[in-house]
Order: sequence, then C-alpha cells, then structure tokens
Amino acid sequence: MTNHTYTVVAESGIHARPATGLVQIASKFVSDISMEYKGKKVNLKSILGVMSLGVGQGASISIFAEGTDQQEALESIESFLKSEGIIE
Amino acid sequence: MTENLIGIAASSGIAIGKAFLMIEPDLTISKSTVSNKEEEVTRFHEAVNAAKLELQKIRDRAEIDLGAENAAIFDAHLLVLSDPELIGTVECKINDEAVNAEAALQETADTLVVMFEQLDNEYMRERAADIRDVTKRVIARLLGVEVPNVGLIDEEVIIISKDLAPSDTAQLNRAFAKGFTTDMGGRTSHSAIMARSLEIPAVVGTKNATSAIKQGDFIVVDGDNGEVIINPSKDVIESYVTKRNQQEVEKQELLLLKNKQTITLDGIHVEVAANIGTPKDIESVLENGGEGVGLYRTEFLYMERDSLPTEEEQFQAYKQVLEQMDDKPVVVRTLDIGGDKQLPYLNLPEEMNPFLGFRAIRLCLEEQTIFRTQLRALLRASNFGNLKIMFPMIATLEEFREAKQLLLEEKEKLQQEGTLVSDHIEVGIMVEIPSTAVLADQFAKEVDFFSVGTNDLIQYTMAADRMNESVAYLYQPYHPAILRLVKMVIDAAHANGKWAGMCGEMAGDSIAIPLLIGLGLDEFSMSAPSMLKARNQINQLTQMEMKQLADKALSMQTSEQVKRYVKETLGV
Repeated sequence: MTNHTYTVVAESGIHARPATGLVQIASKFVSDISMEYKGKKVNLKSILGVMSLGVGQGASISIFAEGTDQQEALESIESFLKSEGIIE
Repeated sequence: MTENLIGIAASSGIAIGKAFLMIEPDLTISKSTVSNKEEEVTRFHEAVNAAKLELQKIRDRAEIDLGAENAAIFDAHLLVLSDPELIGTVECKINDEAVNAEAALQETADTLVVMFEQLDNEYMRERAADIRDVTKRVIARLLGVEVPNVGLIDEEVIIISKDLAPSDTAQLNRAFAKGFTTDMGGRTSHSAIMARSLEIPAVVGTKNATSAIKQGDFIVVDGDNGEVIINPSKDVIESYVTKRNQQEVEKQELLLLKNKQTITLDGIHVEVAANIGTPKDIESVLENGGEGVGLYRTEFLYMERDSLPTEEEQFQAYKQVLEQMDDKPVVVRTLDIGGDKQLPYLNLPEEMNPFLGFRAIRLCLEEQTIFRTQLRALLRASNFGNLKIMFPMIATLEEFREAKQLLLEEKEKLQQEGTLVSDHIEVGIMVEIPSTAVLADQFAKEVDFFSVGTNDLIQYTMAADRMNESVAYLYQPYHPAILRLVKMVIDAAHANGKWAGMCGEMAGDSIAIPLLIGLGLDEFSMSAPSMLKARNQINQLTQMEMKQLADKALSMQTSEQVKRYVKETLGV
C-alpha cells in the first residue's frame, strides 16, 4: 500500500467539478483507492463519498492506494489535483 | 371543447402547436417482498442503465447548447448512478432483506439525502437535490413512467409547466420550443425575461395551465394578450395563423429600420440599446439594429455554477462583448446578486426581506475580493471597445465614492503592472432607489451618467414586492410619482452636462416612450426584440409635442389617467 498527504489550497476546496474528475480518474485503476479527511475514510471511486467529506480550503487530506497499479494511481491523482489548483 | 386561460402576457408573439406537459409523474412506491432476488437486482441494474443513457443524452445536448461548463452538472449525476456507495448498498439491501428494487433504492437514497442535508455547507446540502433528482430518474424507470425533460424534446411543441427553473429555460431549444405557458410567475420573473430574450411567445401566471391542459392538446399561446386557447376550432386556429403571419410581415418591415438612426421628427437623436445577459445575446442585438448595450447583467457569469468566475473568464466575456459591439457603447452593470438572484456557493444567510437586504453594491463593498476581481477584468477589457461601468443599487453618495475609489485603485495597480487601461471609461450609477432619484442633482456632479432601473424603482417607490402576485397591481410605470422621479433624474443629468438612460421594462413600453421622449431621456435600453418597434415609434414623434404631453401627465393624479390620456392623444 502507498499513501500521501496533501494540503488543500483551492479557495472553494474540493467542489463538484474536481470531485467529479477525481472519481473519474480513480475509477480507471484496479487498486482500492481511498481518501481520508478528519479521521473519515471514503472510497475515492464514490462521488457521494468524496463529496460527503466536504473538503474545504486548508484541509489536510490523505490518499491511499492498494493494488497492482497503486503507484501509477497515486501519481495520476496527484497530477490531477495539481492541475486543478487543489494542491500546490 | 374550446377553453381559454387568462394569464400574464410575458413575451409577445403567437405560438401554435401541441402541448408538452412538464409535470412530475406520480412516483409513489410501495414496499414489497420479492421471491427472486437475483431477478430483482437485474431489474435494478437495467433501470440504472436506462437512466444513464437518458442522462448521457441530456448531457450531450447541454454541452452543445450551453457549453462544457454547464454540462458538468450532468457528469456528476452520471457518476452518482455508478457510485459503489449507492449501487452496492441497494444490491445488498435487495439480497439481505428481499425487498423490491424501488424500496431498496428509495431507502438508500433517503439515508444519503439526510446525510448530505446535515453537512454544514450550503453547497453540499444542495447535492442532496442531485441525489433526489437521480433517484427519481431510476424509480421512474422501475415504475415504467416517464420524467419529462426539456432537453429531450425533439419536435415542435408548446411547453406547459408549473414554473420554469433557470436550468430549464437554459435548455430550451428555440427550434422545438415554440412557446410556453406556466401556472406561476409574473412579467418580471426569470422565465418571462428569458422568454423575451429568446423571442419565444409566453403567457405566465395562468394559475391552472398544468391541470387544464392535457398532454398532446392543441394549444394557441397569445403572448400579446396573455391568452391561452386549448383545442381551438378550425376558424380560431385560422385567425391566429393569419395574425401570426401579419406579425411576421410587420417584423420584416421593421427590419428595414435596422441600420437607421433613432431620431424624432424635430431632429432629436436618442439611442436605442439592448439589455443583455451573456455574450451570446449580442447576435440578437446586432440583428435588431442596437445602437449599443444599455445594460449588461453580469450576474449570469456567476450563476448556474459552483464557484466564482475567475478574472480571466470574466475578462474573456467582457472583451468578447466589447469587440463584437465594435466601439458602440456597452454599459456593464457590476455584480447585482441578492434579492431574487442567489449564489448558493457564497453561503449567504437567508434574509427576511432580500430585496431590501444585502445585495448588489452593498454586498460588493463588503466582499471586496469578489468586487475587485470583477473591476480588474472590466478594466483589462476596456481597451477592446467603448466600455461604461455602472454600479447597481446606489443609495448614498458615499457608496458611489467608495465603489469608484476601488475602481481607481485597481486601475492604478494594473497600470503599474504594465497593463493598458482605457482612460475614457465613463462611470455611472443605476437609479433604482427613490433616495437617489430625489438627490440626483447632487449625484449628477460626480457621476458620468444615470440609468434608471424601472423595475426596482417602481417596486421601491410603491413599496410593492415585484415577486408577490397579490400586489402586482401596484406595478404602475405611468404613475405620476414615478414620472416625477424620472424627470428629476433626467433634469439633474442635463443640468450637469451628463446623460440619462433607462434600462427597465418601461423603456420599451409604447405608452411610456412618448412620455420619456417628452421628459428628454437620452438612451432607451430594452430587450433586443423590442428595439426596432421602439425606433419606429420614436421616429414618428415630435419632441416639442411630447414635452407638452409629459408636462400634462406630470400633473395628473393616477396611473390610469396618464395611460388613458396618452392612448387618446396618440392613438397607441
């Protein structure tokens, strides 16, 4: 298993558009992928799960991936978050 | 059998066609036990897949008509339908409890809705509506009933609904939606304004259209007289077809005025301009011979999305409008949010009296980051055309001074960064609050122009909420009190060498136009389709005569007297 922690810098946090993109990307991988925020861990392939976290600006989030393509998954997610301006 | 409904004439013209009812079907479900769980799970998957296909179609249509940004909401809906949290839970429920798919889905969705509604973020709470919307679609499939959607219409129809949400009107396709009629709403409700800018005949506020009209009924919508005729006889249809053709001929005649000036018989030139909401509207402004844009409502840039538009996005929109108008004046109103226009993502507290509350310039002066971003975008765009900036809802001189100060600060910053900013931007105010009209002589020393916003000026002067149908009779544009306020504004402008315009409904009204010409109004801004008619009318008036007409009206007692007097004198 691999994981990484980030700080959200985007003013409106992870709102609908980036949440949609995140789930679309996570769903491409076979690994189990999850996101943790404030002690709550959700399936990153679930839009409802991601949105239920209500991640705002300044939040510290961790992404976990476990499976055959875990490294690749984590990298794709990280570059997506950067391109959306969610993390720096 | 022929039946007539009377409503409010919201958008002129005649539409004839088959009724398309936008009514929520009965989606009541009952819980039952199933014997074959496997079959039930399959039935559930089939319904989900069918709903997905339908959503995909709506999404694609929205992308073509409204752009990728607006179609994104349907991407989120599609993901909900693939969500393991939702789908997996429903499957488990069917397998563990042997309940039918409808009940399993409803119960799962209810739990999720409750969870989202409890989140302490207005935006997330709104996602509960998304879950309900998506669930409804699947349940309808399971029950074998159809959920109507304007985005799926592919034949010519007249739309009948309780009310049309902004997202519904945004999806209306002019090629198929020939007209519409609603139970609720008034002349200034969102759906009515949209209908006028799309040039779709509409009658709103009929109270019972959705119960009186059946799917597939033959309908005539008379947007000039506010009448809806259900299943008319052949003769009636024919007379409306004749009327519609006549209107078409008149429209063609008016088009001859497209490239002409607006000038009274005694040589006074005035400007006929258009009110717009998005850059897309410029097409219609140019088609209808607009001499400028008198009101660009920038709030549409901020609506129907889940975060603020960036400076760059705004810059592109303003630049596009200015370039397309090719040096003709463009009056841009800064953000006017609050009242009946809310932005959920700003998380503003609900107010008892939104029209008298924290809106427009009041909000912008408090939330300066939002305001400064817009001002920067406008300043950057100023080099691409003839930009004029207008602040809405100004009640005091201090508000104007503060807003202008922020504008100057941003201008200086941009210039220091090496960005070109025009030095000829006029800065004016919208006159909607009676205190400002009364003190116009003082404002006129500092502003470059006035534009009277009549919808709000009337609502504040008469103390009548324009969203409240019970007090709609107080919406009296010809009331001598209103005319006197308008006169004060125009006189104050002219005494100081400034100009005065009007950008409310009244500016395009055939009874008000002669009075306004008499009062000396310089600019008339209205919905694009009304412009040529207004030009045609003004070109046949003599200002000296209208001055006498206006003087007389100013000394009258009631709105009704003024209306009758103008009608009798001019035969309009």
